[in-house]
Amino acid sequence: MSSQATADPDAERRVWLGVLARSPVEALGQHWEALPRQPAFVWLRQPEIAAVMVRARAGGTGRRFNLGEMTVTRCAVRLEDGEVGLGYVAGRDKRHAALVAVFDAILQAPPGHVREAAARAVEDLADLLDRRSRERAARVATSRVDFIMSVAGNEALCP
Amino acid sequence: MSITVRGGEEAIDASHRLLEARRRGDPAVPELSAAQVREQLGLAVDRAMAEGSLYDRGLAAQAIKQAEGDLVEAAFLLRAYRTTVPRLGFTEAIDTTAMLPERRIAPIFKDLPGGQMLGATYDYTHRLLDPEPPPAPFAGATPEAAGPVGASRRAVDFLLDDCLVVEERPDDTTTPFDLTRDPIAFPPERDARLQTLARGEEGFVTAMAYSTMRGYGRAHPMPAELRSGEVVVELIPPELGYPIPIGAVTVTECEMVTQFREEPGEQPRFTRGYGLVFGRSERKAIAMALVDRALQTRELGEDVLYPAQDEEFVLSHADGIDAAGLVQHLKLPHYVDFQAAVQLLRSVRERVDASEPEAVPA
Repeated sequence: MSSQATADPDAERRVWLGVLARSPVEALGQHWEALPRQPAFVWLRQPEIAAVMVRARAGGTGRRFNLGEMTVTRCAVRLEDGEVGLGYVAGRDKRHAALVAVFDAILQAPPGHVREAAARAVEDLADLLDRRSRERAARVATSRVDFIMSVAGNEALCP
Repeated sequence: MSITVRGGEEAIDASHRLLEARRRGDPAVPELSAAQVREQLGLAVDRAMAEGSLYDRGLAAQAIKQAEGDLVEAAFLLRAYRTTVPRLGFTEAIDTTAMLPERRIAPIFKDLPGGQMLGATYDYTHRLLDPEPPPAPFAGATPEAAGPVGASRRAVDFLLDDCLVVEERPDDTTTPFDLTRDPIAFPPERDARLQTLARGEEGFVTAMAYSTMRGYGRAHPMPAELRSGEVVVELIPPELGYPIPIGAVTVTECEMVTQFREEPGEQPRFTRGYGLVFGRSERKAIAMALVDRALQTRELGEDVLYPAQDEEFVLSHADGIDAAGLVQHLKLPHYVDFQAAVQLLRSVRERVDASEPEAVPA
């Protein structure tokens, strides 16, 4: 996944949708409550629980295979000004999918207080996710190990 | 043969009430919540998810509670739940190289860039039953201590650099076989084998792997890497046409380097076996990698001599829910079958009696 800033609107949307989907729903809810105004919206698709087949690759890089399914919840909303937002989240939390969709719609709206607040929310949530990842990595790193053992083949056998 | 059974409604209702009471246990003991199962019996949850072939920790915890901890029954409940929701399609292939490992070991390496991290493991515990496990809150580590968080290179890539192992090349021109849609056809391709093993019953897959190491298969397994952690899952919504991340799943991955072989015109290289399982399940991931390699026997032109190398034998019997279903259906009324068998036995006896020779004089 790429998180580089780019002028490509699809790429930006991809990044915020990913941050919103991976954020804890409680944090997302707090950001929603904290918006200067909660825009009205209508459902284009009510939140719906479904399953998707997760694919993986043999050897991590090879041929694709079906690993197993996972639950997913999706919905779509339209704001009163016409912006359409999508919510696709792992799991069965309909509120989470709804919040993702509404934020997604707001982030596509013309510049304004609400959109700016939503953009800041995404930044905060990205920071939260990053901090959690680093905390977890730091905890795991405490168990770094250096066994004493002989070396597996370390001479290149390339022609 | 099975037959339709009628009647017994009242007895079945009563059985359900008895089941509810037994499941609850002693009412004086506080009831377990699904959240407690999810948080404190995490490996049981992971096993039910893997064999139920549905990633959802909350549902799996609920299933385990409902099944009184019977993990095959819990996996069955997850499969049944799965049939009640529509399928949206497929995710992009997860990129396990980008995993943020919670544990990463590389047994055949001395030094591995990125380091080896034991993470949380039972491997180095004393296996002594604690009468009362002491509370051990983990002393916090500051996020700064971790430095920048990045994915590690795959251990097997270092062997590829040295041309020691065969390469796993992507081929996205074919649609991966899906066991949930089509019956498996023999001989199966590797995608069908890997899907079957990923959802296979852990005990069965482990026993098959064990057999290859004990002489029923010429296995020389050397684990290049074993790791578990979260990977991001992406799918392409039809509304967008490009992939978006929808969340993450925890998986355990095992890369096994196995006996080397020579392709015509190429230098000999080690072959590989691959294991990938939902959740934290190292035993299953290692076993899957061993059985994946054993099942390459035919493709690699080696002689199929042992059960673990026999695709039809392994893949037809790997599913714990199918196996439990066929074995346990014997509990249902079978008296019609039995009466038919008794009739047959009688007719055989009559024939034997009729043709019995005169008693041979002593």
